Amino acid sequence: MARTTKPRATASRAARPRRVDLLVATQKGAFVLRSDRARRAWSVQGPHFLGTETNHLVLDPRDGKTLLLAAVTGHLGPTVFRSTDGGKHWAEATQPPAFPKTPGGGDGPVVKRTFFLAPGHVSQPGVWWAGTVPHALFRSPDGGAHWELVRGFSQTLDGLTRQKPDSFGETPGGAITHSVLIDPQDAKHLYVSLSTGGFFETRDGGRSWRPMNQGVLADFLPEKYPEFGQDPHCVVLSPANPDRLYQQNHCGVYRLDRPGERWDRIGENLPTRVGDIGFPVVAHPRDPDTVWVFPMDGTAVWPRTSPGGKPAVFRSRNGGRTWTRQAKGFPPSQGWFTVFRQAMKSDTRDPVGLYLGTTAGEIWASKDEGASWRRVAEHLPRVLALEVVER
Amino acid sequence: MTSATNVKVYVSTHVRSYTQGQSEIEAEGHTLAELMTDLERRYPGLRFRVIDEQDRIRPHMNFFVGGELVRDLAHPIAPGDDVHILGALSGG
Repeated sequence: MARTTKPRATASRAARPRRVDLLVATQKGAFVLRSDRARRAWSVQGPHFLGTETNHLVLDPRDGKTLLLAAVTGHLGPTVFRSTDGGKHWAEATQPPAFPKTPGGGDGPVVKRTFFLAPGHVSQPGVWWAGTVPHALFRSPDGGAHWELVRGFSQTLDGLTRQKPDSFGETPGGAITHSVLIDPQDAKHLYVSLSTGGFFETRDGGRSWRPMNQGVLADFLPEKYPEFGQDPHCVVLSPANPDRLYQQNHCGVYRLDRPGERWDRIGENLPTRVGDIGFPVVAHPRDPDTVWVFPMDGTAVWPRTSPGGKPAVFRSRNGGRTWTRQAKGFPPSQGWFTVFRQAMKSDTRDPVGLYLGTTAGEIWASKDEGASWRRVAEHLPRVLALEVVER
Repeated sequence: MTSATNVKVYVSTHVRSYTQGQSEIEAEGHTLAELMTDLERRYPGLRFRVIDEQDRIRPHMNFFVGGELVRDLAHPIAPGDDVHILGALSGG
Protein backbone atom coordinates (compact mmCIF):
# COMPACT_ATOMS: atom_id res chain seq x y z
CA MET A 1 0.00 0.00 0.00
CA ALA A 2 1.28 3.34 -0.94
CA ARG A 3 2.06 5.48 2.00
CA THR A 4 0.83 8.99 2.02
CA THR A 5 3.38 11.34 3.35
CA LYS A 6 2.45 14.48 5.10
CA PRO A 7 4.79 17.42 5.13
CA ARG A 8 5.59 16.90 8.78
CA ALA A 9 6.84 20.34 9.51
CA THR A 10 3.75 21.98 8.07
CA ALA A 11 1.37 19.68 9.88
CA SER A 12 3.28 20.19 13.06
CA ARG A 13 3.19 23.96 12.73
CA ALA A 14 -0.54 23.97 12.07
CA ALA A 15 -1.21 21.96 15.18
CA ARG A 16 1.05 23.95 17.44
CA PRO A 17 -0.80 26.00 20.02
CA ARG A 18 -0.12 29.67 20.04
CA ARG A 19 1.98 31.40 22.65
CA VAL A 20 0.21 33.74 25.05
CA ASP A 21 1.43 37.22 25.82
CA LEU A 22 -0.11 39.19 28.65
CA LEU A 23 -0.04 42.94 28.20
CA VAL A 24 0.20 44.14 31.78
CA ALA A 25 -0.73 47.74 32.54
CA THR A 26 0.37 48.86 35.99
CA GLN A 27 0.50 51.92 38.19
CA LYS A 28 4.17 52.39 37.27
CA GLY A 29 4.47 51.29 33.67
CA ALA A 30 3.73 48.45 31.30
CA PHE A 31 5.11 44.93 31.15
CA VAL A 32 4.69 41.95 28.87
CA LEU A 33 4.51 38.43 30.26
CA ARG A 34 5.44 35.98 27.57
CA SER A 35 4.63 32.28 27.80
CA ASP A 36 5.86 29.21 26.01
CA ARG A 37 3.39 27.24 23.93
CA ALA A 38 2.47 25.07 26.90
CA ARG A 39 1.66 28.18 28.95
CA ARG A 40 3.97 26.72 31.58
CA ALA A 41 7.06 28.96 31.50
CA TRP A 42 6.62 32.69 31.72
CA SER A 43 9.08 35.53 31.39
CA VAL A 44 8.64 39.19 32.22
CA GLN A 45 9.64 41.85 29.70
CA GLY A 46 9.80 45.53 30.50
CA PRO A 47 9.20 47.89 32.10
CA HIS A 48 7.97 50.12 29.34
CA PHE A 49 7.23 53.76 30.20
CA LEU A 50 8.53 53.22 33.75
CA GLY A 51 6.85 55.55 36.21
CA THR A 52 3.84 56.12 34.01
CA GLU A 53 0.40 55.17 35.26
CA THR A 54 -0.67 52.87 32.47
CA ASN A 55 -4.38 52.27 32.52
CA HIS A 56 -4.68 50.10 29.43
CA LEU A 57 -2.39 48.55 26.82
CA VAL A 58 -4.24 47.07 23.87
CA LEU A 59 -3.23 45.39 20.61
CA ASP A 60 -5.42 45.94 17.56
CA PRO A 61 -6.62 42.46 16.59
CA ARG A 62 -7.48 43.75 13.11
CA ASP A 63 -3.88 44.33 12.08
CA GLY A 64 -1.98 42.49 14.81
CA LYS A 65 0.64 45.22 15.14
CA THR A 66 -0.89 48.50 16.33
CA LEU A 67 -0.62 48.99 20.08
CA LEU A 68 -2.17 51.80 22.05
CA LEU A 69 -1.17 52.65 25.61
CA ALA A 70 -3.16 54.98 27.87
CA ALA A 71 -0.70 56.96 29.97
CA VAL A 72 -0.61 59.60 32.66
CA THR A 73 1.98 60.49 35.28
CA GLY A 74 1.80 62.17 38.65
CA HIS A 75 2.89 65.45 37.11
CA LEU A 76 2.09 65.42 33.42
CA GLY A 77 -1.24 65.39 31.67
CA PRO A 78 -2.74 62.26 30.12
CA THR A 79 -1.88 61.04 26.69
CA VAL A 80 -1.96 58.02 24.42
CA PHE A 81 1.17 56.42 23.03
CA ARG A 82 1.04 54.45 19.79
CA SER A 83 3.15 51.77 18.22
CA THR A 84 2.56 50.51 14.72
CA ASP A 85 5.19 47.80 14.86
CA GLY A 86 4.10 45.70 17.81
CA GLY A 87 5.91 47.78 20.42
CA LYS A 88 9.36 48.24 18.88
CA HIS A 89 8.87 51.98 18.47
CA TRP A 90 6.44 54.36 20.13
CA ALA A 91 5.11 57.81 19.28
CA GLU A 92 2.65 60.01 21.07
CA ALA A 93 -0.81 60.69 19.68
CA THR A 94 -0.80 63.94 17.75
CA GLN A 95 -4.10 64.89 19.34
CA PRO A 96 -4.71 62.92 22.55
CA PRO A 97 -8.20 62.72 24.06
CA ALA A 98 -9.09 66.20 25.35
CA PHE A 99 -12.30 68.15 25.77
CA PRO A 100 -12.95 71.09 23.47
CA LYS A 101 -11.80 74.32 24.96
CA THR A 102 -14.62 76.09 26.78
CA PRO A 103 -14.99 79.67 25.56
CA GLY A 104 -12.83 81.67 27.92
CA GLY A 105 -11.25 78.51 29.34
CA GLY A 106 -11.77 78.61 33.08
CA ASP A 107 -13.95 75.87 34.48
CA GLY A 108 -14.24 73.63 31.43
CA PRO A 109 -13.70 69.89 31.84
CA VAL A 110 -10.24 68.37 31.64
CA VAL A 111 -9.39 64.76 30.80
CA LYS A 112 -7.56 63.34 33.83
CA ARG A 113 -6.82 59.94 32.38
CA THR A 114 -7.74 57.75 29.47
CA PHE A 115 -9.02 54.63 31.17
CA PHE A 116 -10.31 52.24 28.52
CA LEU A 117 -9.20 51.62 24.93
CA ALA A 118 -11.26 49.62 22.44
CA PRO A 119 -10.39 48.77 18.85
CA GLY A 120 -13.39 49.48 16.63
CA HIS A 121 -15.51 47.19 14.52
CA VAL A 122 -13.73 44.92 12.06
CA SER A 123 -15.41 46.80 9.19
CA GLN A 124 -13.83 50.07 10.38
CA PRO A 125 -10.07 49.58 10.33
CA GLY A 126 -8.24 52.31 12.19
CA VAL A 127 -11.22 53.29 14.30
CA TRP A 128 -10.65 53.19 18.07
CA TRP A 129 -12.79 54.24 21.02
CA ALA A 130 -11.63 55.51 24.39
CA GLY A 131 -13.39 56.02 27.71
CA THR A 132 -11.92 58.60 30.05
CA VAL A 133 -11.99 60.10 33.52
CA PRO A 134 -14.08 62.21 33.90
CA HIS A 135 -16.92 60.69 31.90
CA ALA A 136 -16.48 61.03 28.17
CA LEU A 137 -16.18 58.90 25.09
CA PHE A 138 -13.64 59.67 22.38
CA ARG A 139 -13.27 58.26 18.89
CA SER A 140 -10.18 58.04 16.73
CA PRO A 141 -10.51 57.46 12.98
CA ASP A 142 -6.81 56.90 12.37
CA GLY A 143 -5.36 54.29 14.67
CA GLY A 144 -5.21 56.50 17.72
CA ALA A 145 -3.28 59.44 16.27
CA HIS A 146 -6.17 61.92 16.57
CA TRP A 147 -9.08 61.75 19.01
CA GLU A 148 -12.40 63.58 18.91
CA LEU A 149 -15.01 63.85 21.63
CA VAL A 150 -18.19 61.89 20.90
CA ARG A 151 -20.49 64.84 21.45
CA GLY A 152 -23.72 62.84 21.36
CA PHE A 153 -22.56 60.87 24.38
CA SER A 154 -21.64 64.01 26.34
CA GLN A 155 -24.91 65.66 25.37
CA THR A 156 -26.85 62.66 26.67
CA LEU A 157 -25.01 62.80 29.98
CA ASP A 158 -25.50 66.56 30.23
CA GLY A 159 -29.24 66.12 29.72
CA LEU A 160 -29.54 63.36 32.29
CA THR A 161 -27.38 65.27 34.75
CA ARG A 162 -29.82 68.16 34.56
CA GLN A 163 -32.61 65.70 35.43
CA LYS A 164 -30.73 64.05 38.30
CA PRO A 165 -27.55 65.89 39.20
CA ASP A 166 -26.19 63.21 41.53
CA SER A 167 -26.41 60.29 39.11
CA PHE A 168 -22.90 60.52 37.69
CA GLY A 169 -20.77 60.51 40.80
CA GLU A 170 -17.11 59.75 41.17
CA THR A 171 -15.49 56.55 42.34
CA PRO A 172 -12.18 56.79 44.22
CA GLY A 173 -10.60 56.67 40.77
CA GLY A 174 -12.85 59.39 39.39
CA ALA A 175 -15.88 59.20 37.12
CA ILE A 176 -14.83 56.34 34.86
CA THR A 177 -16.20 55.64 31.38
CA HIS A 178 -15.27 52.06 30.55
CA SER A 179 -16.34 48.75 29.00
CA VAL A 180 -16.76 50.21 25.52
CA LEU A 181 -18.30 47.22 23.74
CA ILE A 182 -18.77 47.06 19.99
CA ASP A 183 -21.40 44.63 18.74
CA PRO A 184 -19.63 42.48 16.16
CA GLN A 185 -22.97 42.15 14.34
CA ASP A 186 -23.41 45.92 13.83
CA ALA A 187 -20.70 48.58 13.78
CA LYS A 188 -23.18 51.25 14.88
CA HIS A 189 -24.31 49.32 17.92
CA LEU A 190 -22.21 50.05 21.00
CA TYR A 191 -22.54 49.76 24.74
CA VAL A 192 -20.68 51.91 27.25
CA SER A 193 -20.60 51.76 31.05
CA LEU A 194 -20.16 54.57 33.52
CA SER A 195 -18.88 54.13 37.01
CA THR A 196 -20.98 55.73 38.25
CA GLY A 197 -23.84 56.44 35.90
CA GLY A 198 -24.94 53.07 34.57
CA PHE A 199 -25.01 51.16 31.32
CA PHE A 200 -25.83 52.87 28.00
CA GLU A 201 -26.54 51.82 24.42
CA THR A 202 -26.31 53.52 21.05
CA ARG A 203 -27.59 52.12 17.76
CA ASP A 204 -26.49 54.98 15.54
CA GLY A 205 -22.75 54.93 16.01
CA GLY A 206 -22.73 57.23 19.02
CA ARG A 207 -25.03 60.08 18.09
CA SER A 208 -27.78 59.15 20.54
CA TRP A 209 -27.68 57.06 23.68
CA ARG A 210 -30.10 55.65 26.17
CA PRO A 211 -29.66 54.07 29.59
CA MET A 212 -30.42 50.37 29.99
CA ASN A 213 -30.33 49.50 33.66
CA GLN A 214 -33.61 47.76 34.45
CA GLY A 215 -33.19 45.32 37.30
CA VAL A 216 -29.81 46.68 38.41
CA LEU A 217 -29.55 47.75 42.05
CA ALA A 218 -28.03 51.03 43.20
CA ASP A 219 -27.96 50.56 46.96
CA PHE A 220 -25.89 53.72 47.39
CA LEU A 221 -28.76 55.90 46.14
CA PRO A 222 -32.08 56.67 47.80
CA GLU A 223 -33.88 55.25 44.75
CA LYS A 224 -32.73 51.64 44.59
CA TYR A 225 -33.64 50.85 40.98
CA PRO A 226 -33.25 54.11 39.06
CA GLU A 227 -33.29 54.48 35.30
CA PHE A 228 -29.59 55.39 35.46
CA GLY A 229 -26.98 56.18 38.09
CA GLN A 230 -25.86 52.59 38.83
CA ASP A 231 -22.25 51.56 39.16
CA PRO A 232 -21.26 48.92 36.61
CA HIS A 233 -17.69 47.81 37.35
CA CYS A 234 -17.15 45.68 34.26
CA VAL A 235 -19.42 44.59 31.42
CA VAL A 236 -18.53 42.07 28.71
CA LEU A 237 -20.19 40.64 25.63
CA SER A 238 -20.07 36.91 25.24
CA PRO A 239 -17.74 36.32 22.28
CA ALA A 240 -19.86 33.28 21.46
CA ASN A 241 -23.14 35.18 21.54
CA PRO A 242 -22.86 38.98 21.44
CA ASP A 243 -26.52 39.26 22.41
CA ARG A 244 -25.59 37.99 25.85
CA LEU A 245 -23.93 40.36 28.29
CA TYR A 246 -22.52 39.83 31.73
CA GLN A 247 -22.07 42.63 34.24
CA GLN A 248 -20.12 42.78 37.47
CA ASN A 249 -21.68 45.72 39.24
CA HIS A 250 -20.93 47.46 42.51
CA CYS A 251 -24.20 45.85 43.56
CA GLY A 252 -24.07 42.34 42.19
CA VAL A 253 -23.49 40.15 39.15
CA TYR A 254 -26.00 40.35 36.30
CA ARG A 255 -26.83 38.84 32.92
CA LEU A 256 -28.73 40.45 30.07
CA ASP A 257 -30.03 38.62 27.00
CA ARG A 258 -30.90 40.94 24.16
CA PRO A 259 -33.26 42.02 22.81
CA GLY A 260 -34.41 41.92 26.42
CA GLU A 261 -33.72 44.98 28.51
CA ARG A 262 -33.99 43.69 32.06
CA TRP A 263 -30.85 42.50 33.79
CA ASP A 264 -31.11 39.31 35.84
CA ARG A 265 -29.12 39.26 39.08
CA ILE A 266 -27.35 35.93 38.68
CA GLY A 267 -25.00 36.81 41.53
CA GLU A 268 -27.73 35.96 44.01
CA ASN A 269 -26.91 32.33 43.22
CA LEU A 270 -23.40 32.73 44.60
CA PRO A 271 -22.86 31.54 48.20
CA THR A 272 -24.20 34.11 50.66
CA ARG A 273 -20.98 34.06 52.68
CA VAL A 274 -19.07 35.05 49.53
CA GLY A 275 -21.50 37.54 48.04
CA ASP A 276 -21.49 38.89 44.52
CA ILE A 277 -19.40 42.03 44.86
CA GLY A 278 -16.27 42.42 42.78
CA PHE A 279 -14.69 44.19 39.86
CA PRO A 280 -14.01 41.90 36.85
CA VAL A 281 -16.13 39.44 34.92
CA VAL A 282 -14.91 37.16 32.13
CA ALA A 283 -16.99 35.38 29.47
CA HIS A 284 -15.90 32.12 27.88
CA PRO A 285 -14.72 32.59 24.29
CA ARG A 286 -16.87 29.75 22.89
CA ASP A 287 -19.57 28.93 25.43
CA PRO A 288 -22.03 31.75 26.14
CA ASP A 289 -23.20 29.99 29.31
CA THR A 290 -19.78 29.95 30.95
CA VAL A 291 -18.67 32.96 32.94
CA TRP A 292 -16.18 33.69 35.71
CA VAL A 293 -16.16 36.27 38.49
CA PHE A 294 -13.71 37.03 41.28
CA PRO A 295 -15.77 37.96 44.32
CA MET A 296 -14.45 40.46 46.84
CA ASP A 297 -15.68 41.44 50.26
CA GLY A 298 -18.46 44.03 50.01
CA THR A 299 -19.61 43.84 53.61
CA ALA A 300 -19.42 46.48 56.36
CA VAL A 301 -16.82 49.02 55.18
CA TRP A 302 -16.22 47.29 51.85
CA PRO A 303 -12.67 45.90 52.16
CA ARG A 304 -12.84 44.68 48.56
CA THR A 305 -10.43 41.86 49.25
CA SER A 306 -10.99 38.14 48.87
CA PRO A 307 -13.75 37.13 51.32
CA GLY A 308 -12.20 35.66 54.46
CA GLY A 309 -8.72 35.99 52.99
CA LYS A 310 -9.41 33.00 50.74
CA PRO A 311 -9.04 33.99 47.10
CA ALA A 312 -11.28 32.11 44.70
CA VAL A 313 -12.73 32.40 41.26
CA PHE A 314 -16.33 31.35 40.81
CA ARG A 315 -17.41 29.79 37.53
CA SER A 316 -20.86 29.19 36.15
CA ARG A 317 -21.50 26.88 33.21
CA ASN A 318 -25.23 27.65 32.97
CA GLY A 319 -25.42 31.38 32.60
CA GLY A 320 -25.27 32.06 36.31
CA ARG A 321 -27.89 29.65 37.69
CA THR A 322 -25.24 27.76 39.68
CA TRP A 323 -21.62 28.51 40.51
CA THR A 324 -18.55 26.44 41.29
CA ARG A 325 -15.72 27.64 43.52
CA GLN A 326 -12.27 27.40 41.89
CA ALA A 327 -9.46 28.01 44.35
CA LYS A 328 -6.84 25.29 43.80
CA GLY A 329 -3.43 26.89 43.87
CA PHE A 330 -4.48 30.11 45.52
CA PRO A 331 -3.43 30.71 49.14
CA PRO A 332 -5.84 28.70 51.35
CA SER A 333 -5.79 31.50 53.92
CA GLN A 334 -4.38 34.98 54.51
CA GLY A 335 -4.69 35.81 50.83
CA TRP A 336 -6.14 39.29 50.63
CA PHE A 337 -6.36 39.78 46.89
CA THR A 338 -7.84 42.78 45.18
CA VAL A 339 -8.31 42.45 41.42
CA PHE A 340 -9.36 45.54 39.51
CA ARG A 341 -12.03 45.64 36.82
CA GLN A 342 -9.71 45.33 33.84
CA ALA A 343 -7.28 42.90 35.44
CA MET A 344 -8.89 39.53 34.69
CA LYS A 345 -9.02 38.11 31.17
CA SER A 346 -9.05 34.85 29.22
CA ASP A 347 -7.32 33.48 26.19
CA THR A 348 -9.07 31.49 23.45
CA ARG A 349 -7.11 28.26 23.79
CA ASP A 350 -8.73 24.92 24.54
CA PRO A 351 -8.87 24.54 27.47
CA VAL A 352 -9.25 28.23 28.06
CA GLY A 353 -6.53 30.04 29.98
CA LEU A 354 -7.51 32.58 32.62
CA TYR A 355 -5.33 35.34 34.01
CA LEU A 356 -5.68 37.81 36.82
CA GLY A 357 -3.47 40.55 38.21
CA THR A 358 -3.60 41.83 41.75
CA THR A 359 -3.03 45.21 43.33
CA ALA A 360 -0.03 43.59 45.06
CA GLY A 361 1.66 43.13 41.70
CA GLU A 362 1.11 39.43 41.21
CA ILE A 363 -0.11 37.70 38.07
CA TRP A 364 -1.93 34.40 38.45
CA ALA A 365 -2.70 32.04 35.59
CA SER A 366 -4.87 29.02 34.99
CA LYS A 367 -4.53 26.88 31.89
CA ASP A 368 -7.46 24.63 32.72
CA GLU A 369 -10.41 27.01 32.73
CA GLY A 370 -9.92 28.00 36.35
CA ALA A 371 -9.61 24.51 37.86
CA SER A 372 -6.11 25.30 39.14
CA TRP A 373 -4.04 28.43 39.48
CA ARG A 374 -0.37 29.31 39.62
CA ARG A 375 1.42 32.56 40.30
CA VAL A 376 3.46 33.40 37.22
CA ALA A 377 4.79 36.82 38.21
CA GLU A 378 5.25 38.79 41.40
CA HIS A 379 6.79 42.04 42.61
CA LEU A 380 5.27 44.06 39.82
CA PRO A 381 3.60 47.39 40.54
CA ARG A 382 -0.14 47.51 41.19
CA VAL A 383 -1.83 45.82 38.24
CA LEU A 384 -4.47 47.99 36.59
CA ALA A 385 -5.30 46.00 33.45
CA LEU A 386 -4.46 42.86 31.50
CA GLU A 387 -4.96 42.04 27.87
CA VAL A 388 -4.24 38.71 26.21
CA VAL A 389 -2.46 38.34 22.89
CA GLU A 390 -1.97 34.99 21.20
CA ARG A 391 0.87 34.58 18.75
CA MET B 1 4.42 94.90 18.61
CA THR B 2 8.04 94.58 19.60
CA SER B 3 10.05 91.58 18.55
CA ALA B 4 9.42 88.56 20.72
CA THR B 5 11.55 88.06 23.79
CA ASN B 6 14.00 85.22 23.50
CA VAL B 7 14.67 83.55 26.84
CA LYS B 8 16.27 80.51 28.34
CA VAL B 9 13.92 77.82 29.54
CA TYR B 10 15.01 75.20 32.04
CA VAL B 11 12.94 72.01 32.14
CA SER B 12 12.92 69.21 34.69
CA THR B 13 13.36 65.55 33.84
CA HIS B 14 9.62 65.04 33.44
CA VAL B 15 9.51 66.57 29.97
CA ARG B 16 12.99 65.93 28.64
CA SER B 17 11.67 63.14 26.47
CA TYR B 18 10.28 66.01 24.40
CA THR B 19 13.47 68.14 24.42
CA GLN B 20 15.80 65.39 23.26
CA GLY B 21 17.14 65.16 26.79
CA GLN B 22 18.10 68.82 27.03
CA SER B 23 17.57 70.55 30.36
CA GLU B 24 18.17 74.02 28.96
CA ILE B 25 16.41 75.20 25.81
CA GLU B 26 15.36 78.45 24.24
CA ALA B 27 11.99 79.87 23.24
CA GLU B 28 10.45 83.21 22.56
CA GLY B 29 7.26 85.09 23.36
CA HIS B 30 5.95 88.19 25.05
CA THR B 31 3.88 86.13 27.45
CA LEU B 32 4.05 82.69 28.98
CA ALA B 33 1.25 81.63 26.61
CA GLU B 34 3.27 82.71 23.58
CA LEU B 35 6.33 81.04 24.98
CA MET B 36 4.43 77.77 25.31
CA THR B 37 3.15 78.07 21.75
CA ASP B 38 6.71 78.45 20.56
CA LEU B 39 7.85 75.51 22.69
CA GLU B 40 5.08 73.36 21.20
CA ARG B 41 6.31 74.29 17.71
CA ARG B 42 9.85 73.30 18.62
CA TYR B 43 8.95 70.27 20.76
CA PRO B 44 5.58 68.86 19.64
CA GLY B 45 3.49 67.31 22.40
CA LEU B 46 5.19 69.10 25.28
CA ARG B 47 2.53 71.75 25.83
CA PHE B 48 -0.41 69.41 26.45
CA ARG B 49 1.51 67.50 29.08
CA VAL B 50 1.97 70.65 31.18
CA ILE B 51 -1.01 72.83 30.13
CA ASP B 52 -4.52 71.35 30.00
CA GLU B 53 -7.15 71.81 27.29
CA GLN B 54 -8.68 74.74 29.20
CA ASP B 55 -5.32 76.56 29.21
CA ARG B 56 -4.61 75.92 32.85
CA ILE B 57 -1.19 74.93 34.10
CA ARG B 58 -1.50 71.33 35.28
CA PRO B 59 -1.75 71.16 39.07
CA HIS B 60 1.50 69.28 39.66
CA MET B 61 3.64 71.39 37.35
CA ASN B 62 5.22 74.66 38.44
CA PHE B 63 6.27 77.51 36.20
CA PHE B 64 8.73 80.14 37.43
CA VAL B 65 9.37 83.34 35.46
CA GLY B 66 12.26 85.43 36.67
CA GLY B 67 12.23 83.42 39.88
CA GLU B 68 8.54 84.03 40.52
CA LEU B 69 5.99 81.21 40.70
CA VAL B 70 3.43 81.89 37.99
CA ARG B 71 0.12 80.15 37.23
CA ASP B 72 -1.28 82.60 34.70
CA LEU B 73 -0.37 82.09 31.06
CA ALA B 74 -0.91 85.81 30.41
CA HIS B 75 2.09 86.57 32.60
CA PRO B 76 4.55 88.73 30.61
CA ILE B 77 8.05 87.62 29.74
CA ALA B 78 10.70 90.30 30.08
CA PRO B 79 14.13 90.31 28.47
CA GLY B 80 16.53 88.48 30.71
CA ASP B 81 13.87 86.41 32.43
CA ASP B 82 14.72 82.79 32.98
CA VAL B 83 11.78 80.41 32.77
CA HIS B 84 11.72 77.18 34.73
CA ILE B 85 9.21 74.42 34.02
CA LEU B 86 9.46 72.03 36.94
CA GLY B 87 7.60 69.11 38.42
CA ALA B 88 6.10 69.96 41.80
CA LEU B 89 6.85 67.99 44.92
CA SER B 90 4.03 65.50 44.57
CA GLY B 91 3.21 62.02 43.45
CA GLY B 92 3.85 58.66 45.02
